[in-house]
This record gives sequence, C-alpha cells and structure tokens, in this order.
Amino acid sequence: MMIKPVLLWSDALILLLLATVAVVVWLARKNETFRAPWRQVMRSRMGAATALILSVYVGIGLLDSLHYVERLPGAPGQEAQYSGEVLSALDALLTPLRVNVEKTYSAPLATHLYAKETITGPDGVEYRDYPPLKYPGTHLLGTDKVGQDVLYLSLKSIRTGLLIGSLTTLIMLPFALTLGIAAGYFGGRIDDAIQYLYTTLNSIPGVLLIAAAVLVVQVQIETHADLFETAAARSDVRLLALCAILGVTGWTGLARLLRAEALKLRELEFVQAARAFGVTDARILLRHLLPNVMHLVLITVVIDFSGLVLAEAVLSYVGVGVDPGMISFGNMINGARLELAREPVVWWQLAAAFLFMFVLVLAANLFADQVRDALDPKSRGRA
Amino acid sequence: MLNYLLRRVLYAIPILLGVNLLTFGLFFMVNTPDDMARIHLGAKHVTAEAIKRWKSEHGYDKPLFFNASAAGAEKVSDTLFVEKSLKLFVFDFGASDDGRDIAREIGQRMWPSLAIALPTFIVGLLAYVSFALWLVFFRGTALDTGGVILCVALMSISGLFYVIGGQYLMGKLWHWFPISGYQPGLDAWKFMVMPVLVSLIGGIGDSSRFYRALFIEEIGKDYVRTARAKGLSDLRVLFKHVLGNAMIPILTGVVVVIPRLFMGSLIIESFFGIPGLGSYTIDAIQAQDFAIVRSMVFLGSLLYIIGLVLTDISYTWADPRVRLE
Repeated sequence: MMIKPVLLWSDALILLLLATVAVVVWLARKNETFRAPWRQVMRSRMGAATALILSVYVGIGLLDSLHYVERLPGAPGQEAQYSGEVLSALDALLTPLRVNVEKTYSAPLATHLYAKETITGPDGVEYRDYPPLKYPGTHLLGTDKVGQDVLYLSLKSIRTGLLIGSLTTLIMLPFALTLGIAAGYFGGRIDDAIQYLYTTLNSIPGVLLIAAAVLVVQVQIETHADLFETAAARSDVRLLALCAILGVTGWTGLARLLRAEALKLRELEFVQAARAFGVTDARILLRHLLPNVMHLVLITVVIDFSGLVLAEAVLSYVGVGVDPGMISFGNMINGARLELAREPVVWWQLAAAFLFMFVLVLAANLFADQVRDALDPKSRGRA
Repeated sequence: MLNYLLRRVLYAIPILLGVNLLTFGLFFMVNTPDDMARIHLGAKHVTAEAIKRWKSEHGYDKPLFFNASAAGAEKVSDTLFVEKSLKLFVFDFGASDDGRDIAREIGQRMWPSLAIALPTFIVGLLAYVSFALWLVFFRGTALDTGGVILCVALMSISGLFYVIGGQYLMGKLWHWFPISGYQPGLDAWKFMVMPVLVSLIGGIGDSSRFYRALFIEEIGKDYVRTARAKGLSDLRVLFKHVLGNAMIPILTGVVVVIPRLFMGSLIIESFFGIPGLGSYTIDAIQAQDFAIVRSMVFLGSLLYIIGLVLTDISYTWADPRVRLE
C-alpha cells in the first residue's frame, strides 16, 4: 500500500525538541559538571527504574508522532487520492486493535457484549441475550461505548499527555528565562514592568485565564474551519494552542524563581569581576548567569511536567482541553464517568485511563525527585 | 500601616486595569462581538440582521474605545470598553446572556461555595500540617519513608479519580450521602461531607509533602538543638518552635487563597452539583457566556490582590520583626 508521510505541526515541534536535546547532550558530553548529576540519577535504583518507564512512554509517544496518510485505491494513471484519516506508526503496529471494533461496551477479555440484544436464532425464534463479540477474548482492557479497544485508546492517549507536558515547557521557557533573569539582573524600571506583568497574570484564576483563551481560540478555529484539511490537523492546532496558552500563562512561577536567583548572583564576586573587566551585559547574562540558573530550570521543568499531564484531564473535563475528537486521558475519563451509574458498572475505561496516567505521573514525580536531589545540593534528603 | 494599605490599594488599580485590558482584548478584539453573535445564533440562523439584532439586544453594538457618533463625554463613555469592562470596577457586572443579573447571581451563589470551601480549607490546613509534623516526628524511620511514598503516590493520582471514586463508593455503593445536590439550611451538612472529604484526600499528598520539606529544613537549625538541649520534649519543640518558625512560608501559600474561597472549586462543585460560583463559572464556560467569564476573572483578580495584602498583614502577626511601612 502506498503511503504519504504527513508532518503535523506538533510532530515538527517534537522533532525540534528532540534535535535540541540531542545537540545539547552532544555539546556537553565531555563536560564533567554536566555529566555528574545525571550519572548520579542513573546510578540510583529509583532514577534508573523511573527513567526506564518514562522512556517506554516516550517511545510510544514518538511512534505515535510519525504520521502518514494512506493512498486510496484508484484507477492507474489517475491522480493519487489520499485518505482523509491521518494514521501513525503506532496505529500501523496496533492495526488489529484499531480495526477490531465491537458494537459497544464489552468487559476486559469478555466473549460477549455488555448489553443484551434481541437475537434471531437459527430457527427464526427471537430471544434476548448477550450477543457474542466479533473478536472474543482479544480486548485485554475491554471496549468503550462505540466498541473501540480501550488498550488502544490508552496507548494513543500517551502522546497527547506527553505533548502537553513537553511542548508547554518549550513555549514557557523563553518567557521565563528572558523575563526572570532580566528582572533580577537589571532591576529598576525593567524589574517593575516585569513584576507588574506577572502579578497581573498571576492574579487571574488559572483555569479562568486558560478557559478564556481557549474559548477565543475555539471560536477562531470554528470561524476558519476551511483552513484545516483533516480533522487531525484541526485537533492538532487546537492542542498546540492549548500548549501555547498554558505556556504563556505558566511562566510566572519559574520567572519569579529566576529573578530571585539573578538578584543574588548579580552581587557575587565573579559577576562583579566580569563587570569590572568591562564585559558587556549580554555576555554576562549568557556566560555567567545562565549556566548558574540552569539547575533551577531543569528542576522546574521536570516537576511541572507531571502537573501538566494531570491538568490535561481536568481541563478536558471543564471543556477547555484538547479537541473532543482527540484521544486523550481527559476525554477517556470524560466519556466514561457517567457510566459508573450503570448496572453492572462499566469500570474498565476509567480504570485504564487512570492507571496509565498514574504510572506516567508517578514515574515523572519520582524521577523529578532524583533530578532535584542530584542538581540541588541543598534539597538532598529533604523529601 | 494605614499608609501601607493605601499604597497597596493604589497599586491594585493598575493590576486590575491590566486584567481588564487583557480580557477585553481577548473577548472584544481577538474575538469580535460578531463572532460571539455567530456562536450564539448557531450556524443556521446567521444573517447580517440576526447578528445586528443579537448585538443590540446584548448591548454589544458600540465601538470599542471611541464613539464618534456620540456627543461630548459620551464619545468615550458610550463605548464597549467603558460599558463592559470599566463598569466592573463598581461591581456593575451587567446581565448574562440569558438576561439574568450577574451581580445578584454572585451574591446568592457565593454562600454554597463558601460552605464547601471554608471547611475544606480549615480542616485541610490542620490535617496536612499535623500529618507533616507527624512524619517529621518519625523522621528517618520506616513510618516517615512510608508516609512520603504514600504522599507521592497520592499526588500522582488525578484529582478526577478522587471525585469519581468518592462518589461511587460513598454515594452509590455505601449510600452514606446523596451523590450530588445541595440544600440550604440545617440539612446542608449531608451534601457537604462528601465534597469536603474528597477535596481533603485529593490535596493531602501535595500539601503534606510540601509542609514536611519545610519542617525538615527548620529542624536542622541550631535553635532546635538548643531547645532540645534545654530538655524540652520533642513534641513541644515540634509544635512550638518548629511550627512557629515555619509559619512565614506556610502563611505565604495559605493566606492568599482565603478570599478566593468565595469562588469555590470548579471541579468539586460541578461534580457534586453545588449551586456555587464554581459551577456557575463552569456552566458559563461551557455555554460560552463571556459576560460571566469576564466578571469572574475580575472578581478572582480582586480577591487575589486582597489575599496578597492579607498575606503581608499576617506576616506581622507571625513574625514581630516584620513591619509594614
């Protein structure tokens, strides 16, 4: 079958992020001060174990970021027609899970459907019973309301969660770094202006600010619906907009930390000496301040990550999260939470979403602890 | 002190103005009133006249900042910015899209919000701090390690899980409390227990771990050794000296949220059907009622700034060395 690769905006940003990380690692590979803390993280049992779990998640997320569309069968010589459905490498690997769709709910590994139906027997007599599944015993975690495999949905949700966690950081970092360090280093008017900016942003209740911005984006997407070729492209833009909004509203915490640190560093001897030698401000900022606040940046990034994954679920519940058509933990929970009222209870979809999210967030939290202990000598043994 | 308060009030004005400009920019300039009308009318009924009618019904048929057709001072005052944004400063919130007075709704709905948020806040603070002190008391033992692991595990669980799980267990399976709803008066407690319990459990991991870290840092200091050398009991050292000295960071995180308790919690209120400001906000977001969202943003910012001032005042109470000038 012929395929054509598709590069969604988020895929491009992931590649950019990966490339940046790779370049940084390559440049710093000989630098002992850079390597020592990471060696410490990887040597601890907890650090290695959580890093392994996280890399499995990241691997799944990356596979799910290689998108393509299939070429529709057509007459030879005709111009190529492509399917409107954007698939990923993960979809290709999970094809049996993706296409083996049942009619509606079925419990994990069940052989029969969740709901009774009227069945016409071979002798023409109608009776009500649980109809057998089309693919009995293959759905490890059951199926959802429209019969999709829950394991497949859970694996697809991973990319959404990881994207929110990482792209938001990517967008937030430039704001936090420039504004935070500038406020602390230059002081005076610049400091006042930046402080005003983040107090104003901080004063707005977080969810409301995000909701307001997402509502606006939603209206813009609806009014310009013709710009998007596929549903995947539309939900991708909405996801990016959500990351951008979370990033633009979320830089204040780190900026405040960096401001305080820059305020302290600027009075230290090595910065004073650099200034006495006539080194320009730009150079002092880049060579003397930036490397000395990097540990704060790294610690904040890993700590924020887990919070963002959890936030996605809440925001999707409020109705200002990712596109309702996108597979995400939040949308999985949202779709299933009312089914607890049914008898017997439909628990597997909720359980799967919460479990996959829990493992990811727990690993991220424990990994963050290890990173903090390694990078921040003051925190050692504190938590 | 009075001087300080006056300065803080003056400082609040530019911040609130900034907040208003931001929401005004989002809701009137990025999104025009025409877009708003289109969303509310639905795709089928969009005609130029219908949009015009909707805008005039809801008072959106004015220029943004400058009304050339009006006379005198009305050139500036008869505009969307003054009508929809600046009037928030005098608590004139206007009407929501379904025509109800927003200020009155807020006045009614803040009490149920407070009925849930205040007990959650007080019991939560006491419980989290005590749990953290208890962990610190057993520091270095298996109890402490186990407690910290429990905290990390609890904070890694989505908040929605606690709500859904709590509702299922306490409401549906055990029939302890009604699953959702609210009733003013004496019977309110039946509806309050579950949301409060669920919020408490949801917050324990994060907060206790934070407080424990504060106390552990404090307990390594010299004055603690001195106190113990004087023969004071461990409990007295913990509750009097360590807690007292860790008060400033605790207050920093805690006092600022007190005024915002009025606004309730979006998730808790909407899941438990509490008719408070949280569910009001979430309904407004889902119905894309921008008038309510704008009012709540303004209210939230105002309460936050009040919280910041209260935080500063509370420092003088916790630490006599702090003077507000």
